[in-house]
Amino acid sequence: MATTYDIAGMQEEREDSGHAPVVAVENLHKAFGSHIVLNGISLSVSRGETLAVLGRSGTGKSVLLRLIIGLEKPDSGAIRIHGQTIVGLGLDQLSEIRKKMGFLFQHAALYDSLTVGENVAFPLRHHRREMSRAEREDCVKQLLAEVGMERDVDKMPSDISGGMQKRVGLARALALKPEILLLDEPTAGLDPISSGEIDELILKLQRERQMASIVVTHDLHSARTIANRLALLDRGNVVVEGSFEDLQQSNIELVKEFLKQS
Amino acid sequence: MSDRGFTAVAGIDLPLGERQKTLFPSIAGYLAGLFNGFFEWFGSLGIFFWQVCKAVVTPPYEWRELIKQLDEVGSKSFPLVALAGAAVGVIISLDARFTLSRFGAKSMFPLTLVYSVIQVMGPMITGLVVSGRVGAGIGAELASMKVTEQIDAIEASAINPYRLLAATRILACVLMLPLLTLVADASGLLTGWFAQSLVEPLSFHRFITSGFSGATFNAFVPPTFKTAVYGLIIGLVASFEGMRTRGGAEGVGRAATNSVVLGSLFLILADVVLVKFILVVFP
Repeated sequence: MATTYDIAGMQEEREDSGHAPVVAVENLHKAFGSHIVLNGISLSVSRGETLAVLGRSGTGKSVLLRLIIGLEKPDSGAIRIHGQTIVGLGLDQLSEIRKKMGFLFQHAALYDSLTVGENVAFPLRHHRREMSRAEREDCVKQLLAEVGMERDVDKMPSDISGGMQKRVGLARALALKPEILLLDEPTAGLDPISSGEIDELILKLQRERQMASIVVTHDLHSARTIANRLALLDRGNVVVEGSFEDLQQSNIELVKEFLKQS
Repeated sequence: MSDRGFTAVAGIDLPLGERQKTLFPSIAGYLAGLFNGFFEWFGSLGIFFWQVCKAVVTPPYEWRELIKQLDEVGSKSFPLVALAGAAVGVIISLDARFTLSRFGAKSMFPLTLVYSVIQVMGPMITGLVVSGRVGAGIGAELASMKVTEQIDAIEASAINPYRLLAATRILACVLMLPLLTLVADASGLLTGWFAQSLVEPLSFHRFITSGFSGATFNAFVPPTFKTAVYGLIIGLVASFEGMRTRGGAEGVGRAATNSVVLGSLFLILADVVLVKFILVVFP
């Protein structure tokens, strides 16, 4: 039987050491009908830290991210952002918290009727109304330059590749200078070179911006590259959490199998 | 398995007594499902409408998107509504002339045409045309955004999708329907007069003077402005169907179809109530 780490104990330890968790998930349960997706999961991430959530398809990794940003509501449990509980908040209250978060969707979810530049400008146009048009355009150029897409500002999302769409999605997620970055399968469906480029980009952003990041992936190589900590999910719960070396030393059969297959 | 070796699917291959035992619960279950679905749909629509109302009255206001939608609903529906109104004018003209001639009441033609177009056909034809064009468009557009996670992306960007997507589209429909109705009315009256003039010359001045003789505020203004309610129904049903879509391309198709079918159906049903309401409040 797999043993789980003492997550609550680890959180207390981090708080004691002055690294209060920016995102804390406690005893979270979520089911769709009779299908239990998350079964009492607890995790936390501090500033400047990247947590990679690993696991097979259908183990609730993406649902976890959607719960953290409030796109789904948990059946029970707590989600705290900077210590504030977000479960049960109204849409407008939730929006204030979401301004501190950036979310990269698995398929980028770019607005298909807007150009690349307009996609990145979208959050700025709504939340930085004091910005002049010229300032906004400069900001968009800067964000696109950060992800290496400055030459594609006028292209439509349908005219660029999947990897490029993810870069634009990342630029859009960074537009409001978030303190928390949630990445859903950032390298899924990409060739190894594009995957490597996206990983490098995430690492660079992480170094420069010191955000608290949660990356959902089943790409172990990518997780190892970009994350400080890894958590392996199975049947709606954390099987093991720690560094890549911790996972390698684990005696849990599922962990060994996951490492072997990856 | 039954004793005859058949699989007892919904009791079809069972003896009569057994079949009744199996069939009736399944029929009852089906009806209960329909009943639940009906109330769930209206309950969800009510909650959706409440979210939209809250979004409409609280800032920030999405003026830019509203203007875009006013153009989308108003200007782009203009030719279609004008054409439909024109066709209705000709139809009523041909029909009215024939019927009135039989009763020796040809002098009533202008009055019949004006009242038929402005009170009944203009508002209804505008509602149905806009429901077809705009309702399907809103339903399909929002459904497509939903299944590609674009609506989730809007929400994740801390933007209220009820305010940005639904409220602007519903408001545009509410504001534009009365104006489009005026277009359909004008077009219908013009072509109705023209069709009549081809058979029996009638000056436009005389046509208008006799058509609007004795015209009152109550006879013309409420029927025109009731179409704001049609706009509310069209925008609300289409936005709701679009934003609750599940399941890929099939879901998008279903949302577009439901937007038109339910929008048009509720529009006609609402007209029954509105006509009675207007007769009582504006006698």
